[in-house]
Amino acid sequence: MSTVTAQEATHHEAHGDAHHEHHHHETFITKYVFSQDHKTIAKQFLVTGIIWAFIGGLFSVIFRLQLADPNATYPFLEDLLGHWAKGGKLQPEFYYALVTMHGTILVFFVLTAGLSGTFANFLIPLQIGARDMASPMLNMLSYWFFFLASVIMMSSLFVQTGPASGGWTIYPPLSALGEASSGSKIGMDLWLVSMAMFIVSSLLGGLNYITTILNMRTKGMSMTRMPLTIWALFFTAVLGVLSFPVLLSGAILLLFDRNLGTSFYLSDIVVAGKIMPNEGGSAILFQHLFWFLGHPEVYIILLPAMGMSSEILSVNSRKPIFGYMAMVGSLFAITILAFLVWAHHMFVTGLNPFLGSVFVLLTLLIAVPSAIKVFNWLTTLWKGNIRFTPGMLFAIGFVSLFISGGLTGIFLGNSALDIHLHDTYFVIAHFHIVMGVASFFGMFAGVYHWYPKMFGRYLNNTLAYIHFWVTIVGAYLIFWPMHYEGLAGMPRRYYDFSNWESFKMFSGLNQFISIVALVVFATQLLFIINFFYSIWKGRKVTKQNPWEANTLEWTTPIRPGHGNWPGEIPEVHRWPYDYAKDGKDFIPQNVPFGADESKDH
Amino acid sequence: METGEIKPKNKIHPHKFTLWVGIGSIVMMFAGLTSAYIVKRNQAGWVSYDLPKAFWYSTIIILLSSLTVQLSVKAFKERAMSKYRKLMFSTLVLGVLFIVLQYFGFKQFWNAGMTLQANVAFSFLYIIVGLHGLHVIGGIIALMVMSLKAFSTKIRIYSSVPVELISTYWHFVDILWIYLLIFLIMIR
Repeated sequence: MSTVTAQEATHHEAHGDAHHEHHHHETFITKYVFSQDHKTIAKQFLVTGIIWAFIGGLFSVIFRLQLADPNATYPFLEDLLGHWAKGGKLQPEFYYALVTMHGTILVFFVLTAGLSGTFANFLIPLQIGARDMASPMLNMLSYWFFFLASVIMMSSLFVQTGPASGGWTIYPPLSALGEASSGSKIGMDLWLVSMAMFIVSSLLGGLNYITTILNMRTKGMSMTRMPLTIWALFFTAVLGVLSFPVLLSGAILLLFDRNLGTSFYLSDIVVAGKIMPNEGGSAILFQHLFWFLGHPEVYIILLPAMGMSSEILSVNSRKPIFGYMAMVGSLFAITILAFLVWAHHMFVTGLNPFLGSVFVLLTLLIAVPSAIKVFNWLTTLWKGNIRFTPGMLFAIGFVSLFISGGLTGIFLGNSALDIHLHDTYFVIAHFHIVMGVASFFGMFAGVYHWYPKMFGRYLNNTLAYIHFWVTIVGAYLIFWPMHYEGLAGMPRRYYDFSNWESFKMFSGLNQFISIVALVVFATQLLFIINFFYSIWKGRKVTKQNPWEANTLEWTTPIRPGHGNWPGEIPEVHRWPYDYAKDGKDFIPQNVPFGADESKDH
Repeated sequence: METGEIKPKNKIHPHKFTLWVGIGSIVMMFAGLTSAYIVKRNQAGWVSYDLPKAFWYSTIIILLSSLTVQLSVKAFKERAMSKYRKLMFSTLVLGVLFIVLQYFGFKQFWNAGMTLQANVAFSFLYIIVGLHGLHVIGGIIALMVMSLKAFSTKIRIYSSVPVELISTYWHFVDILWIYLLIFLIMIR
């Protein structure tokens, strides 16, 4: 007992000037539930994200069953969904609810909160050398607002009229008029309230991430010595803080239209023969407000994956990242451009073609920083001493998917081509590859790479390799054929294609896609089992720095406590990518410059 | 210097910085609303209106309160605590008065037939001014906490950070109001 107190005492003294108070007598509640430790909050985000990913993925499997064979019945669906699948056949209304919730859950709850929430919380203090976030209290609130948003969104799945079903973009009038569809009723209200909570969560998180990165870096950690993960998470937070409030204002106007009879988005509408009183509104206005968030949101999802992949590629190639400043510069360029391209989602809304051409130009400009990043990743790999850890495989997979998905963006960014491709499966294929699956790969890479730091144990490698290979092959088999369907004009969000002569030729392909989707989903279960099993039963980490990486998180104890470093915070003397320098395999950031060391990287 | 954790003198306090980023975020929300307003302004069916008189009085009040909050920071730094208490409390009173005047402005506006649903121009006014009011109410709650602490005999505050935070925020809602007022007058 006395040794414990002695340890605690030194622990306290060492960071007496840190900005936050410590809980020395932690109970189960303060340690695991209402924790203010950024590492615990990160794990809370991750586990909540995994639960959501399971639900969102399951939804896609269910609607893929419908698309595989519109006439088939699956009696187990009736057991699962009740009146939404009478006689084992999915109801059209519920099909829309499923695609809507699939999008909402994966875009916001998994790839925004689950990805940024997890890795920004976990990595920022550890990699910049801080005891915790600037405001651990706000950080804790950020998770609990997300939790509240989750509970509300989850409860919308169980209301009688079903969850929101107007698409994840909640365009009015479907989202503004309760009479418009069954999903426009209480489900839509819950969706809006949940998203309001979600926005609060994301803003509280973002404020903290930005302040922590700019204010709390350890001695020697200048901005240009920060790992690229931190740069990426920084720009992600900037994007979130500046774009989510605009969605909030759009949502407020929508709430007024729904409940208080205003007409911001509504004009001259007839629902079921009844003329609505609303006049003078414009549905396009909502699209502007939505996509002003919506497009930056794409990069909110993508940038953390880029940052983590950069780090993991460098560590496992045993080579410095190629073009560090170019990587930072391209992240910056993407952040700026993200705010200037929203109207490319609206080419067919009657947008002025001259205005459209400006947005085409700005959209295609994003190809430049994106290409810079791709070439830098490839040149980092080039002649590297590559270690094919599961994290590395997923990071390489990310690069592959980012290239394949990014290229189709050039087609879609052209307003003329978009007239044909808009709202077809080509769009589905594009954004699932470049944003959905690619970011998932970045997230998986991050989980596999930092799992030893999170839990002090390793994930099972065999399961990890199976997970990777099935997922990458499966992802391409699912989404590649969708390009052909889209080019042939097959529209998205349709419940049944069997009545169109021109799409009959795709019925076999649709079946094939659904079977692969089922297999890929099953493989993700393997990952989930691996994740939870390894928390308690995984192989223990015995080395402080298992990947032989340079960044500061590996200078903490194997299982760091609240405060991260038991003694002083290490001082930083160099950038994080000194691999294979002067014949040394790696030189961690906290190692001072040697007398005979060459000056440049 | 040898502790390893050095805070350079000119480094901004993390909480203050967080507030500034938060202000940026609030600005974006109002930027979204006012741009939506401009878009709608140029479409058919827009009705111009005059702002109620009470809004002008409230402008004077919030400007005064900015002055008192600034003086209270000065008093706090000079440790003139009784002066600080008075100034902090008068800021609170002025803040409440602002909200009361805004309410009367709304009432005046509504009674003149310019209701929430009558025209999209009025709907915008209610939402934009109302949301600003909510931000002021948030500030009032913070002012209440500060005043309670100032008058409490048990709590002694030595750090000037909370006072500076509330004063920055209060100036911000003041400037935001001036911006909205000019905006609503210019673009009708």
